[in-house]
Amino acid sequence: MSSDVQFIDFKSDKQPTWCPGCGDFGTMNGMMKALANTGNDPDNTFVVAGIGCSGKIGTYMHSYALHGVHGRALPVGTGVKMANPDLEVMVAGGDGDGYSIGAGHFVHAVRRNVDMSYIVMDNRIYGLTKGQASPTSREDFETATTPEGPKQPPVNPLALALSAGGTFIAQSFASDSQRHTELVQEAIEHDGFGFVNVFSPCVTFNDTDTYDYFRDNLTDLAETDHDPNDFDEAKDRIMDPDGEYQGILYQDESSTPYHEAHGVTEDMTEIPDGAPENATDLVREFY
Amino acid sequence: MPADFNWAIGGEAGDGIDSTGKIFARALSRAGRHVFTSKDFASRIRGGYTAYKVRTAIDQVESTVDRLDVLIALTQRTVDENIDELHEGSVIIYDGERTSMQDLEIPEGMIGMDIPLKSLAEDAGGAIMRNIVALGAACEVTEFPIEHLGSSLEKRFSDKGQSIVENNKTAADLGAEYVQDNYETESAEFEYELETTDEDYVLINGDEAIGMGAIAAGCRFYSGYPITPATDVMEYLTGRLERYGGHVVQAEDELSAINMALGAARAGARSMTATSGPGIDLMAETFGLVAQSETPLVICDVMRSGPSTGMPTKQEQGDLNMTLFGGHGEIPRFVVAPTTISECFWKTVEAFNLAEKYQTPVYLVSDLEMAVTEQTFPPEAFDMDDVEIDRGKIVDEDEVEEWLDDEGRFRAHADTEDGVSPRALPGTTDGAHMSTGLEHNELGRRTEDTDIRVEQVQKRQRKAETAEAEEDWSPREFGNADSDNLVVSWGSNEGTIVEAMDHLDEDDPDFQFLSVPYLFPRPDLTEAVEDAEQVVVVECNATGQFADVLEHDTLERVDRVNKYNGVGFKADELAAEITEVLQ
Repeated sequence: MSSDVQFIDFKSDKQPTWCPGCGDFGTMNGMMKALANTGNDPDNTFVVAGIGCSGKIGTYMHSYALHGVHGRALPVGTGVKMANPDLEVMVAGGDGDGYSIGAGHFVHAVRRNVDMSYIVMDNRIYGLTKGQASPTSREDFETATTPEGPKQPPVNPLALALSAGGTFIAQSFASDSQRHTELVQEAIEHDGFGFVNVFSPCVTFNDTDTYDYFRDNLTDLAETDHDPNDFDEAKDRIMDPDGEYQGILYQDESSTPYHEAHGVTEDMTEIPDGAPENATDLVREFY
Repeated sequence: MPADFNWAIGGEAGDGIDSTGKIFARALSRAGRHVFTSKDFASRIRGGYTAYKVRTAIDQVESTVDRLDVLIALTQRTVDENIDELHEGSVIIYDGERTSMQDLEIPEGMIGMDIPLKSLAEDAGGAIMRNIVALGAACEVTEFPIEHLGSSLEKRFSDKGQSIVENNKTAADLGAEYVQDNYETESAEFEYELETTDEDYVLINGDEAIGMGAIAAGCRFYSGYPITPATDVMEYLTGRLERYGGHVVQAEDELSAINMALGAARAGARSMTATSGPGIDLMAETFGLVAQSETPLVICDVMRSGPSTGMPTKQEQGDLNMTLFGGHGEIPRFVVAPTTISECFWKTVEAFNLAEKYQTPVYLVSDLEMAVTEQTFPPEAFDMDDVEIDRGKIVDEDEVEEWLDDEGRFRAHADTEDGVSPRALPGTTDGAHMSTGLEHNELGRRTEDTDIRVEQVQKRQRKAETAEAEEDWSPREFGNADSDNLVVSWGSNEGTIVEAMDHLDEDDPDFQFLSVPYLFPRPDLTEAVEDAEQVVVVECNATGQFADVLEHDTLERVDRVNKYNGVGFKADELAAEITEVLQ
């Protein structure tokens, strides 16, 4: 790792095709800054994304990356980290990718506590398929596929993470560049699964959860007496139906990441030219 | 006395049938006898008929036959299910004190051996050992030295404590003594005498051989989701892979399993997942991503009877089309199908080499019969010194330079003559690049450029062409090469067909037999098919999926022998069927 890495080194020469004003620009910039600030460089970083607007991120960033199938970015990140714990693994997703098709993987990645960061660009709508309800859309949010609203409560990703044993649960706002960067940085530095749900407004299809809405309604936990190490306090905030919070909701600082808990310390990329030295022991077991 | 001896234990699932069978099979193998086992089981944890059959001989045995010499019947149904395989002189060991067995009628000519299995087991320390009492009795009947059974019991129970081992040995002795005291086993009526040798044999099933092959090949990461009959691969690797610096993850589902394996492979570990048909369906989308992103990955499909949940504990070779053609779009892949249990080991090693050399997913296709069947081999069949590793075109920091474009970007999908691009593992300086399932240019970036699309499709196809030219895809050849008759098969039928050849009478047709372990690329059998007057393709499916492929390749019609009732071929039956088609 070189210490002179700037966030610009994580930028590719490809111009994003996101809509002008999309929250994903700010989300991505914060991710790149956070990676640089934590001493990483593109050659030791692996970024995984799924499908959707969020899925494009690997193209716009410069690092080792995989743009996978819809909803399955977290398992890919898990495999990368297990095979080479020296890599900095960052997984990016959207609310559809992470909380709908990938909801099962989300819960299991949280409970495994794999040492990676998971940044979800939550715009509460399906953007790339042009404006259908997402799992985080409000109950009365009218869209092409839900003309009278979804008529079902939105998924609460923070609650899912907390109930699954999450060890780092944060929320940020794409437009508050400094706080967003800090929170992603904390997620990277956390020993375990660092989850950040990012309010990343869709300026084309969502006229409810807008920049102005978040500016007016977001409470920054850093400006309150919230103690992120207090599980019960975290639970109260997360289950508060009227609150929109920014900051670290919960963190277990004594968390042990999956690979350490399972004794995986070395990378798995070097193998001998032939069978392992003591491989004949395997045959003898069957005598 | 026949050259081989056939033994079975049958009862309800939960009766300990499987472990009893294994103990006896291992006793025989430890006594230097060759063994071939087969299982009949239902998809439930308790109840339902289940049986474990052991065929043993001094020479290697490759299949099962429809004959039983000694049967341990824990239920009436065991006798009913196997009545066709019993013959004059067969011994049926049962416990007449058991209420349900009191009225057991022994068919004429057979020897019923009523032994108070449960009472004797209780004398030895617990009713649970009644199967071991029966094993002791079976040893006495067959004049098989009981110390080999003791040695097998030792291996099976030593981690549970020496007193458990001793109790089991006592149970076996009590069974043997009971037979000694009550039956004249040395009389002409009892014709069995199992000789022993000094040979050391390996007793292993197909799933275990695949797992062992994976470790030998340097596999470091395995993720899977439990499914019959592939689970034994994961159970074998769990704990063992860790000893060799790797890790096993039981994923939340098959989608996760293949994606984790993909992630580990991209990070540079030799990586594998195993599943059965329904899991292959779930993995199909990611299979496309693996191929399109040119990630080396071994995906093992241990086939069972389908479609849908089908018959999860029964045999079928129905997934050939899925592995050859499954997935949307056109995707280069290798499909390798071992034809014997020892080949499960070698083909797994080969699958890892092919995956990395050509940066392509490899389907390793096995089936239920191969997975659960245990067979003995001389240890040389798994000579670790013969394992070769080829990791293909991995480039280090210095070599990366050759593959950078004018702006210093790594050309991860560079269009090369052989279709294989350089591979920079994450962490390699200046090698950073993105991989994607989208069509992409040499840098791995999305494109819809028509020329680049064609170039990349051709590049990926060219890998298969290169492999076709460079690797040996020959079939395994048996029988009479000059015969006008040709029998072709793939997968686990090999042993049965070889055995069926021995069962043919002088008047029956002779034939050449080609056993095909490579399904894509596969050997060019055009000449062999054209030279033959008659061609029969033997496979465990209803439609003849390999026969279709062969017709497509050779533009010749072929005959088919298919079995799809959930049970694999038996040698006698197959000999008759082949004879019928060829005459």
